Amino acid sequence: MIAYLPHTDEDIEAMLEVIGVAGIDQLFADIPRELILKEPLQIPAGLPEHEVYRRMRALAERNRVQNVSFLGCGSYDHIIPAVVSHILSRSEFYTSYTPYQAEISQGFLQAVFEFQTMICELTGLEVANASLYDGHTAASEAAVLALNSVRRSETILYSSTLHPFTRQVLRTHFSNLPVHLEEIPSKNGTTDLVDLVAKLRPGVAGVILQSPNYLGYVEDLSGLAQDLHDNGSLLILSANPLSLGVLKPAGEWGADIAIGDTQALGLPSYFGGPSVGYITATEKLLRKMPGRIVGQSLDQEGKRAFLLTLQAREQHIKRERATSNICSNQALAALATTVYLATLGRQGIREVAEQNTQKAHYLYGRLVKETAAEPLFDRPFFNEFPIVLAKKAAEVLPRMEERGFYAGVDLNRLDPSTPEGTLAIAVTERRTREEMDAFVEALKEVLR
Amino acid sequence: MEIPKDLKYAKTHEWVRIEEDVAYIGISDYAQEELGDIVYVEMPSPEDSYDKGEEVATVESVKAASAIYTPITGTVKEINSDLESTPELINQKPYEAFIFAIRFSDASGFDELLDAQSYEKHVEQEKDSH
Repeated sequence: MIAYLPHTDEDIEAMLEVIGVAGIDQLFADIPRELILKEPLQIPAGLPEHEVYRRMRALAERNRVQNVSFLGCGSYDHIIPAVVSHILSRSEFYTSYTPYQAEISQGFLQAVFEFQTMICELTGLEVANASLYDGHTAASEAAVLALNSVRRSETILYSSTLHPFTRQVLRTHFSNLPVHLEEIPSKNGTTDLVDLVAKLRPGVAGVILQSPNYLGYVEDLSGLAQDLHDNGSLLILSANPLSLGVLKPAGEWGADIAIGDTQALGLPSYFGGPSVGYITATEKLLRKMPGRIVGQSLDQEGKRAFLLTLQAREQHIKRERATSNICSNQALAALATTVYLATLGRQGIREVAEQNTQKAHYLYGRLVKETAAEPLFDRPFFNEFPIVLAKKAAEVLPRMEERGFYAGVDLNRLDPSTPEGTLAIAVTERRTREEMDAFVEALKEVLR
Repeated sequence: MEIPKDLKYAKTHEWVRIEEDVAYIGISDYAQEELGDIVYVEMPSPEDSYDKGEEVATVESVKAASAIYTPITGTVKEINSDLESTPELINQKPYEAFIFAIRFSDASGFDELLDAQSYEKHVEQEKDSH
């Protein structure tokens, strides 16, 4: 076995001699003695490459990858065309990280520019950045953008129908800042808009809502933007971007900022990440947008060229008054979304979204009619819905798993305020009729 | 470097022209020179009120973003909307391109402003300290 260390014993000796140190141990003299290992770590010796492969393959085979997934709640099992991973694994994209040197990063900058353009088109808003870490942190960034844009504001209102993780990230992000966060309760599965409007007052920078919300239900936001704007507050709308193939986007609701996570657009669930957060806003908010923004310009020969732009917002220029402290983006994962969107096109996105809607409604209809499960509420939904089982989810899920299904997310585990036995079931375009029919039969059996 | 005698100056490099109960505020020739090509001015909303010393506008150049403070408490009477499309006016005619005007009720706040001669000294000192 080779240790893969670049220095030979002679190299090390020569270097020690130059700096006048007797041995390598002396370089660590500042570390307290009791913290230094007395003997080598108790780990097995190295294995030859082919034995590592064998061992890893044996481990991988224990995963139940053949199970049919109805998991959702922010991470979904969609079809990803082969072209996505093909483009992604090209070394020009795979190995290049940060596009500070615009002249040698034209490929990546163009891809990010396309990402921004397509996210703007999907959300119906005017400016987008190069991406954020995920949908949950995008909510925090949107809140900061609102607080920076609305003078003398210190309050952010958010709905209790936001994904529980988004609510947790918001609370963590602002826990030590002079910002007041206030949760708006829900009523029959969607935000209590009467309560929301009653809470509007001077100092409210913005209101964050999610539609489809974390239960899967579509929120009706008619007239809300006007109420908020009359109060000088901004409307921040979070959405699964795929749902915008069939649902009204943020721009049409009169929202000022749109946020969300692009996992549904070309990214596998992995083990929960990496994902991509998106943020778009009206042009009025452009100068306060967080993160990188790629712009289009002309080079000295008059040819189309791309660059990072509007950097006066960022901390290396504006110092302590910066409105952007991200300094990075999810470049490679955002590229996956870009390739996915470009492959499907406008018509394709609509078609995928329609298939999601139709299949989810087919399964919903059968489950409600034929099994002992009840819908949590009777509300419009996109591609996921909650049902209440007569048994505990913790009892039902392992038995469904044995029958070849990941049956859904236990919502009570995600948010204890949801009744026990509530299962969130997501149906994507990837599910076939046979799979859904088999799922119904299996659930009947398990609930019997 | 031009420093008109009929204006007052703040140590933060704003110039102030007082007309009855309204103060017109811009940035000095020295300030625009230091900032370089100005590409954007972020304006306040008319009728908003500000306390003395509060940040009212932001001037962005290709190399920096600089806050513009009000030397007096009052409400925004007017903004120079020409700067929204042609921010370079500040580079070209710094003393004609006011950024915003504040209507005030108590003029005593102006006591700390410098006259042209003292401002010139202040600029020289600042140059030396660089």
